[in-house]
Amino acid sequence: MSDAKSSAVSVELRLRVEDLYGQYIACLDEARFDEWPDFFTEVCIYKVMPRENYDRKLQLATMAAESRGMLIDRVYGMQNTLFHQPYYQRHIVSGLFVRGLEQAEGAQRILTQANYAVFRTKQNALSEVFNVGRYIDTIVEDEGRLRFAEKWCVFDSELIPNSMIYPI
Amino acid sequence: MNAPEPGFSAPVHWHWREDATSRVPYRTYTDEALYKEELERIFYKGHWCYVGLAAEIPQAGDFKRTFIGERQVIMVRDNDGAINVVENHCAHRGVAFCQQNFGKAKEFVCPYHQWNYDLKGNLIGLPFRRGVRQDGKINGGMPADFKLEDHSLTKLKVAEKNGVVFASFDHEVEDFDSYLGEIRPWFERAFDGRGLTILGYSRQRIPGNWKLMQENIKDPYHPGLLHTWFITFGLWRADQRSQMVMDAHGRHAAMISRKNEGGAGEVTKGVTSFKADMALQDDRVLDVVPEAWWKGPSACMQTIFPSLIIQHNVNSISTRQIIPQGPDAFDFVWTHFGFEDDTPEMTRRRLRQANLFGPAGFVSADDGEVIELSQVGFNQHPDYQTITELGGREVGNTDHMVTETLIRGMYGYYRKVMGL
Repeated sequence: MSDAKSSAVSVELRLRVEDLYGQYIACLDEARFDEWPDFFTEVCIYKVMPRENYDRKLQLATMAAESRGMLIDRVYGMQNTLFHQPYYQRHIVSGLFVRGLEQAEGAQRILTQANYAVFRTKQNALSEVFNVGRYIDTIVEDEGRLRFAEKWCVFDSELIPNSMIYPI
Repeated sequence: MNAPEPGFSAPVHWHWREDATSRVPYRTYTDEALYKEELERIFYKGHWCYVGLAAEIPQAGDFKRTFIGERQVIMVRDNDGAINVVENHCAHRGVAFCQQNFGKAKEFVCPYHQWNYDLKGNLIGLPFRRGVRQDGKINGGMPADFKLEDHSLTKLKVAEKNGVVFASFDHEVEDFDSYLGEIRPWFERAFDGRGLTILGYSRQRIPGNWKLMQENIKDPYHPGLLHTWFITFGLWRADQRSQMVMDAHGRHAAMISRKNEGGAGEVTKGVTSFKADMALQDDRVLDVVPEAWWKGPSACMQTIFPSLIIQHNVNSISTRQIIPQGPDAFDFVWTHFGFEDDTPEMTRRRLRQANLFGPAGFVSADDGEVIELSQVGFNQHPDYQTITELGGREVGNTDHMVTETLIRGMYGYYRKVMGL
């Protein structure tokens, strides 16, 4: 956390960041998965990872991608190859803050963090808490919009209730 | 079948056939009393259960908490470098004193009354054992005949085999090599004594009977049908060269196969899950590099009864531990690992290919889904039975994968152990 740097973030940028999260979770919750890879830069890091691995610096992720292409492959795989019971997702994001700003190769990188909770609702079933954790993200300006260069979804949930099909 | 052991008598309507295991009564997966008996006869007696990898506890004092059946156990390395497995259960009031999954300890101290144990599980002291002196007299204290050595933690028998640790509550259990039996060469192929590196964990709770996961990895019939990813990329197809191998009891098994080139062919005709036009945007997830230790086969999936699956599929290797949670659920804990001599590139490759496996894996997430749905069916019709007859009704090793022989083999052994 670098207070001096984060204080340099304009109100306008903060609102744009907040908007990015709103659009991101709306895309997932409305199951517009084909649009999901476009929230990321061409070269990116997307990881959904148990907190125990993150805290112990173990690299294994539950889902991992290193490019927008891999995210497209994830969407194809889950929609066309993975048999699963359909379910709705509902993300609640709160406690969003800017951890700091970085300059890398002449471009500004916005470091953010936020809590998330994902509820899962299967057909004919009660809604349940599916996965809770935090986003640890890096956001950049890319082609006139904000995109995630890195998104780490580090979840507290000790057990995944059977499977995790859709991204978080 | 052998005469049933006393203790658990199955109602006649369970429909086990006289001499075959090609039909499994649904109640085998749903009955609470049978499940309790499985814990006693399978998880707590006569069998070795997986507890972890030695590389998870490299230093003296390192420990890992895990489960055998429903009992919590602690795998800990002592000051002599030996690995001990003790029950997480204080001799005094039963407290599960250890509340970390991993950690480092000099001794174990129960928080309730501070009974303390060394890393071998011996009780080394307890407060007020000799009473408390007050006003010139001794109050309380343990009886004169109380002996520390009578109140150790429950110590399990331990077998460490080339870096893999198994334990048993039953000190009469056969030695581990003979327990593995004919599966031993396949076990030693994956674990040849090289140092292991831990890549991380995945944990899921699957709402189905624990035996269904053993069946899933004794079932070479489904991967080429359920797992579209496998078919398309040739990692698993019904026509590839393969072997199904069991130990003499039929309880452990290995499904060994070599990947072929994938794509369309005779065997994909009529397989509706086959997608000929599928292409990856970024194919680094399938950057398979053969390794010398494979000695040929690109996949070897082993079931070590009752609690372990050893996964070798291309460059991804893991142990998968089965922890039963009642008749209709189990926890499935994946430990992905590599070898100490892996290059950084190989480690990255293993991590990328891990996208195929685990709770979100392209060829694994759907196993949990279908197991859940089998359990739904079992609960709807407890008097029905499964059909396990692909490749016949008998039990034997095969040189192909169009068979359910390994499942039949396991249930032959299961019926003997359970007296069914």
